[in-house]
Amino acid sequence: MCAMPDSPPIAVDRLVKIYKTIPAVDGISFTLAPGSITGLLGGNGAGKTTTIATIMGLTTPTAGRVTVLGADMPRQRYRVLQRMNFESPYVEVPMRLTVRQNMTVFGMLYGVEDLRGRIAQLGRELDLTDLLDRPTGRLSAGQKTRVSLAKALINNPDVLLLDEPTASLDPDTADWVRAHLARYCRERHATVLLASHNMTEVERLCERVIIMKRGRIEDDDTPAKLLARYGRRTLEEVFLDVARGNGESREAAQ
Amino acid sequence: MSGQHQTAMSFSPRRVAAMMLRYWYLLRSSWPRLLDLVYCPTVQMITWGFLQYYITTNAGFFARAGGTFIGAVLLWDILFRGQLGFSISFLEEMWSRNIGNLMMSPLRPFEFITALMVMSVVRLSIGAVPVTFLAIAFFGFNLYGLGLALVAFFLNLMLTSWAIGSFVSGLILRNGMGAENLAWSIMFLFMPLTCVYYPVSTLPVWLQPVAWILPPTYVFEGMRALLIQKVFRPELMLDALALNAVLFAGGVFAFLKLLQSARRHGSLMQTGE
Repeated sequence: MCAMPDSPPIAVDRLVKIYKTIPAVDGISFTLAPGSITGLLGGNGAGKTTTIATIMGLTTPTAGRVTVLGADMPRQRYRVLQRMNFESPYVEVPMRLTVRQNMTVFGMLYGVEDLRGRIAQLGRELDLTDLLDRPTGRLSAGQKTRVSLAKALINNPDVLLLDEPTASLDPDTADWVRAHLARYCRERHATVLLASHNMTEVERLCERVIIMKRGRIEDDDTPAKLLARYGRRTLEEVFLDVARGNGESREAAQ
Repeated sequence: MSGQHQTAMSFSPRRVAAMMLRYWYLLRSSWPRLLDLVYCPTVQMITWGFLQYYITTNAGFFARAGGTFIGAVLLWDILFRGQLGFSISFLEEMWSRNIGNLMMSPLRPFEFITALMVMSVVRLSIGAVPVTFLAIAFFGFNLYGLGLALVAFFLNLMLTSWAIGSFVSGLILRNGMGAENLAWSIMFLFMPLTCVYYPVSTLPVWLQPVAWILPPTYVFEGMRALLIQKVFRPELMLDALALNAVLFAGGVFAFLKLLQSARRHGSLMQTGE
C-alpha cells in the first residue's frame, strides 16, 4: 500500500481531457511537493474540477498521465485510495443518516482503526460533538460543510483534494474551516490541492498557486511572486488580469 | 502487475458491511420506505388472489390448477422486487449525490454489487415474507408448501433480478438519472416473455425460443408443473441455473464496462439528468 519512496504526492504530466469534442483540460503538467498546500485557480470552465476529478480517478485522461503517491490514476487507484480523500460541492454525504452514522459508514469503507475514537476526535476538532446524533440533512449549511470535512478527514489522508471547501459559508465559519485545514496539513504533513474562487482563502492557505484558463495553465508560482510579476496587490487582481488577458497584453507592450 | 491486479480485485467483507449498514440506517430512518416495501406486494397478491378465487369456482381446469395465479404473483414479486430492491438501493446513492463519494472511496465494484445483492434480499424479505403469510390467511395458499422447490425457484429468480439490476445500475451510472425509469420498468419487458401466468405453449411458435432463453420462464413452468401436475422438474431448474450463470456474468460485466465508460465521459461527477 506504500507509495514509491521518491514519488511525489501528485504528479500531472501532459494531461488532456476531452469530452466528446470539447477539450476541458489541454496538456497541463505540474507536480506537488509533500506537505504543500497548492491553490488551483480559474474561472468557470477553466478545467479545475476536471483536473481534480482526474486526480481522484473519477475520470479517465484522454491523454497524459496522473499519478498519486506513485500510483497511476485511475488504473492503480486501489493502491492509494485509502490514503486519499476529498470534499466537493458536487457530492454530498447522505442527508437522512445522522452524522455519526455517516462517519461510521465512511470510516468502515476506509478501514479506519478505532473508529469510535476517530469519530469522537473529529467531533471535538470540528465542533460536531453535539451534532453527532442529528440527521445530516437537518443541519445548517455551515454545519454540513464541517460534516463533509469530517468525512474528508476520517482516514487521516496523506493527499486531500478540496473543491470549493468554503463555498456558501459565512466568513466566520469559512475562516474557522481554513484554520482547521492549515492545522491538519501542518500536523499531518499532508498534501492539499485546493480549487477555489475565493482569493482570500488561496492567499491565506496556499504556498503555491496554479492559474488555469480554458484548460491550460496560465501561470504557476508562489502568491508573492505572482503579485510581483503582475504588479498587483491582491491575488484577485492577478486573477482578473489572467482571466481578461491583461497579462498577455502587458507582456506584448513590453 | 499481478500485485496491482490483486489489489483491484481484493474483497473486503468490512466494506460490504459498511454499505449494508448505510442502507439499513436509511431504511430504519424512513417509515415511508418501509411501508412501500410491503404495500405493493400486498395489494398485488390480494387482487390476484380474488381473481384466482373467482375462476376456481367457475371453471373445472382452474379448480385443478389451484394456486397457480397466487403462486405466479408471489414468484413474480420475488423477481420484480428483487431487481427493484437492488436498483433502488443503487438509486439512493444517485438521489443523495453520494455516488462520487463511493467511487472515490476504496469500495470495489464487486463489493458494491454484493452489498446491493444482499440488500435486495433484505428488502424483499421485509416486503414479501409478511405477504406470503397473508396469502395463507386470506386464500389458504402456502408458498412454503412448495418445499425445496421454492429454494430452487427463489435462487434462480434472485440471480436473474441481480443480473438485470446490475445492468440497469450501470446504465444509470453511464447515462445519469435520465435512465432512472428503466429501473422501474425494465422487468415488465420480461413479463409477457417469461410466461408468468400462462404456459410457454400459449405463445406463438416463433416466440417460444425467445421465452426459453430467459431463466424465469423455467421457474414459472416449473411452478405450474408442481402445482398442476404435482411434479417437480429439476431439469428445468438446472437449465435456468446455467442460463442465469451466463446472464449474471453478463450483467456484472456490463456494469463494469458502463462504469469504465462513465469514467471516460465524466458522468460520475455529474449525476443529474
